Amino acid sequence: MRDPRLPNMPGTSMLKDAALTALVAAALGIFIVGFRTVDVGSRTGLAFDYHFADLGVAIVVIFLGRLGLSLAAMGLRWPAIALGVAMIAAGASPMKLPSGFLHWFVALGGVLLVIRAVWPWADQAIHAAARTPTGRVVDKIGTEWVGRGLGWVLLGLAVVMPFTPFADQKTMDLGVLILTYVMLGWGLNIVVGLAGLLDLGYVAFYAVGAYAYALLSTQHGLGFWAVLPLAGMFAATFGILLGFPVLRLRGDYLAIVTLGFGEIIRLVIINWYDFTNGPAGIGSIPGPTLFGAVFAETAPAGGQTVSEMLGIPFHGIHRLIFLYYIILLLALVTNIFTQRMRRLPVGRAWEALREDETACKALGINPTNTKLTAFAVGAMFAGFAGSFFAAKQRFISPESFTFIESAIILSIVVLGGMGSQIGVVLAAVLLIGLPEWFRELGNYRMLAFGLAMVLIMVYRPRGLIGHREPSIRLHPVASGGSG
Amino acid sequence: MNGQAAPLIEVEHLTMRFGGLVAIDDVSFIGLPHAITAIIGPNGAGKTTVFNCITGFYKPTVGRLLMRGDREYLLERMLGHEIGQRARVARTFQNIRLFPAMSVLENLLVAQHNKLMVASGYSVFGLLGLRRYRDSEAAAIALARSWLERIDLVAAADRPAGQLPYGAQRRLEIARAMCTEPRLLCLDEPAAGLNPRESSELNQLLVSIRDRDGIGVLLIEHDMSVVMNISDHVVVLDYGRKIAEGAPAAVQRDPAVIRAYLGTDDTGPSDSSPPLGGEAR
Repeated sequence: MRDPRLPNMPGTSMLKDAALTALVAAALGIFIVGFRTVDVGSRTGLAFDYHFADLGVAIVVIFLGRLGLSLAAMGLRWPAIALGVAMIAAGASPMKLPSGFLHWFVALGGVLLVIRAVWPWADQAIHAAARTPTGRVVDKIGTEWVGRGLGWVLLGLAVVMPFTPFADQKTMDLGVLILTYVMLGWGLNIVVGLAGLLDLGYVAFYAVGAYAYALLSTQHGLGFWAVLPLAGMFAATFGILLGFPVLRLRGDYLAIVTLGFGEIIRLVIINWYDFTNGPAGIGSIPGPTLFGAVFAETAPAGGQTVSEMLGIPFHGIHRLIFLYYIILLLALVTNIFTQRMRRLPVGRAWEALREDETACKALGINPTNTKLTAFAVGAMFAGFAGSFFAAKQRFISPESFTFIESAIILSIVVLGGMGSQIGVVLAAVLLIGLPEWFRELGNYRMLAFGLAMVLIMVYRPRGLIGHREPSIRLHPVASGGSG
Repeated sequence: MNGQAAPLIEVEHLTMRFGGLVAIDDVSFIGLPHAITAIIGPNGAGKTTVFNCITGFYKPTVGRLLMRGDREYLLERMLGHEIGQRARVARTFQNIRLFPAMSVLENLLVAQHNKLMVASGYSVFGLLGLRRYRDSEAAAIALARSWLERIDLVAAADRPAGQLPYGAQRRLEIARAMCTEPRLLCLDEPAAGLNPRESSELNQLLVSIRDRDGIGVLLIEHDMSVVMNISDHVVVLDYGRKIAEGAPAAVQRDPAVIRAYLGTDDTGPSDSSPPLGGEAR
């Protein structure tokens, strides 16, 4: 079926359009891809490395791809598919292209083109299937499954993950990392997603939690479990401290001030050398213990190792599995707490504040208290996550708490869909997991990352999970009324 | 006005200046309990400014706003949210201000925030899921449900408020204000944009709020079919001054009022508001 919105282009203008696209790609790519500086030794300094073959291949692919897209848009599916298949074949062929990445690039372009060409058929087929009675049932089960089941399935997977054969050192490390960001995302979701306060300095509270544990454990000998609530309290205090001056601010202005706050905390940590050891950081932070037993090969004086306690041979991965379950537990606590809060008056007031502060005031809701609780609760979870981070890394320095961390956490919340708990998980897996898994892509990794973010925002502007489920229902869900 | 009951709210010598502009100039009037007091006047007469002073969005330059409840409150000395919370003055807005992404029911529960906050032990009991909180939540839902029945929105309770038709949003905003269990309800042009049928339904709702719930209503309205049919007392403002006051029929005949609405040859052009007794805009 031809899309009537698109013009019916004659062949020459299609070629012209494709040529123009290729020209733009060439103009942009010549400096980004065409030249590369290489260090050729201290004497001679830098030299240029030319990659015009790469550029040439890319331009040809872009030309053909654009042509194919125009063909597909005009409803000429078969030529478009043929072009796509040819590109896949070229990518997969043993033909010698200047780099391995170009093979991927060509083949991926072909795949996208084929998908685009087949899309109208698939779309039609799906719609036709959804209209049949069985289709409707499947559709309904599908939405309900995504709505409720997906969370439980993910939780089940997360719980059994360490016992699966995939659970090697690398995967477990990545699992801990992703869960840390899931927890931070859930924490920030309270502030940004529920209360609608755009916070760009969230990492400051993470830093407060991390330094609270690092200092209390190395200087006062307190253990992880004793410090955990303290770290949360410290971070919450800082949340309130930040909250007071920004009470009147909203949107962009609030974002700027919170960004500044995040930087202030980091700069204080760098410069208050006597207290925080400055840029050198704090090392040899003890890890978390299991009923007083440490995860190490040999026990400290008067202590016991976990392998001795359980009578199993020592293995480095035990510590990682233990850390994994701690962060899983902490993240779940964050989630359950948030879900509960959402159903309480204060949670509803947060959301109401996000929707309309003036109306809140008219209803007698104290906006000051409501905002401060949001800041405090959000900061508290960052504090928990921070002290976990310090216990896991065993070394922290201001380097770990830069603005980019805040930006990543915020991206997780925004991409996941503001206020959506499961969306945060999906976005964290996407934003933290994928770049780690695709480390082989090298420098193109960040390009792919950016592309993924742009695509999500284009196709799902309200985040991966944009649907909001009411915190309470008058009529229990019987028919899938809401969409 | 006959002195059978102490006034619910007394507005005395209210003056509001924005720089050199005098938006309200020495306006005094009272609002009785169990009565609908309408404030009318041409556009720009200062009606909404009076509301903003009463509900704490503006601090009046001069004047006293005395609200009687469990005790006497001086509204001009209170913070915005305290007026709703303690003096129990609720209001609606000229441009509807619902919480659009939240469901209809949630809108009505947010209105009962302060009561539920206490019941949830400032979230502590609520987090623990104690019975005490669950009971009071059930009571809050029952109150919300009774209002949904009165405004005929029970079926839409779980839909996002922003997706309701315009007339339903107007009704919901009134119900939300009523869920705060106010002593005084301030309605800023509740009939704006309603068709004649919706507007007569609104009349019934407002009359039932006055008669059944027994609270005082302050009403800003341009729709004279609403004002003349249901108000007990009418205050007319023009250029920030009170130019007339009295029973609807008397005000309707007042020459000063007719002059303010229609203009005379020597007072210059008036605005485009319809004359008294006219139909909706």
